[in-house]
Amino acid sequence: MSSGTVGGTSPAGAEQTRTAPTTLWEVFVRSKRGLSHNHVGSLHAPDAEMALRNARDVYTRRQEGVSIWVVPASEIVASSPDEKDSFFDPAADKVYRHPTFYDIPAEVQHL
Amino acid sequence: MTAELEADFQRTIDEDLRVEPRDWMPEAYRKTLVRQIAQHAHSEIIGMQPEGNWITRAPSLRRKAILMAKVQDEAGHGLYLYSAAETLGVTREELLDLLHAGRQRYSSIFNYPTPTWADMGAIGWLVDGAAIVNQVPLCRCSYGPYGRAMTRICKEESFHQRQGFEILLHLSKGTAEQHAMAQDAVDRWWWPSLMMFGPPDDESPNSAQSMAWKIKRHSNDELRQKFVDMSVPQAEVLGLSLPDPDLTWNEARGHYDFGAIDWTEFQEVLRGNGPCNRQRMEHRVSAHTEGAWVRDAAAAYAEKQRARAAGSAA
Repeated sequence: MSSGTVGGTSPAGAEQTRTAPTTLWEVFVRSKRGLSHNHVGSLHAPDAEMALRNARDVYTRRQEGVSIWVVPASEIVASSPDEKDSFFDPAADKVYRHPTFYDIPAEVQHL
Repeated sequence: MTAELEADFQRTIDEDLRVEPRDWMPEAYRKTLVRQIAQHAHSEIIGMQPEGNWITRAPSLRRKAILMAKVQDEAGHGLYLYSAAETLGVTREELLDLLHAGRQRYSSIFNYPTPTWADMGAIGWLVDGAAIVNQVPLCRCSYGPYGRAMTRICKEESFHQRQGFEILLHLSKGTAEQHAMAQDAVDRWWWPSLMMFGPPDDESPNSAQSMAWKIKRHSNDELRQKFVDMSVPQAEVLGLSLPDPDLTWNEARGHYDFGAIDWTEFQEVLRGNGPCNRQRMEHRVSAHTEGAWVRDAAAAYAEKQRARAAGSAA
């Protein structure tokens, strides 16, 4: 029994065939030294080593990167979009965290 | 509650902000996107076939390397798009199974044959050219992951169009036989390329909703006109004619007028009666089923490595 396909495998039996899922990986690429890794997309692979190789082939065919991270998508913990207002609210009324909040005489330099 | 969510969603669209994967969205919006992105992804991977056909027969090492890079790009584009679709709660495997069962479509353009080398030129210039006109506005699609995938694709697609133009230019300036071959390819690909923009606006029932949701930014007819206007001067540079006696500059409109499109042919190809529909699907399904052992072997290897790592840790 193949784990790649379940049921009939002939072209005629394609409608009964179900392809087995593989792990989904999120891909992060550092475009050049001095910059951080950025999320560029995702891909499928059975293990980390193949995920890295596939990421190289899919996301850096034109020298877009010097370093790649792959992370199983299921391992990422995300904030919930439903509570986006309440979750980020505490920052909304703290304008004094920004330098522009302060009144400084115009003649003061280097401040 | 739903009314509030819907209002929130509509506000996001109206303010030209992007909808992201875990946001609430109307079921019809999600379904429309899954259908469109899947069809787009399928088109990319089926689109590898008409050109893959020519890799071993490309006329020089330079052309062979270029064609391989292009076909590899198409596979990459398919992957970007399947990934975008997966953020909507479907899996890539489900989508492939739907394609193989004939329950999802791919662009009808790939059901035409590529009998000569000049077809590689015409596909790059006209088919990829039409795809770019369709795809550039999709970079601003209201659904974030689709827009981001399209941005990557459009960047890569421009090499595809330029290499096609170059092939045709070389042939057109070559021997009389080569020129005739280039002209023949353009004659065959021109009308199917115009059909790539989809049915006329008054016969495209889903367009209005897609535009209201800002999935689509321009109507089929607007984009088709834009493509015609771009292509006519390019054909002049190529020294090739476009197979439409009604093609004339309309001073008043500021656009080229063009002849009526044979939509019965389009419908026939959609229905599965194009020259290569069967061949494309059979090849896709056999590549998938015959490649099952590779997926199995990779999965078994990964499992063995995991077991070994667990064993040595214990």
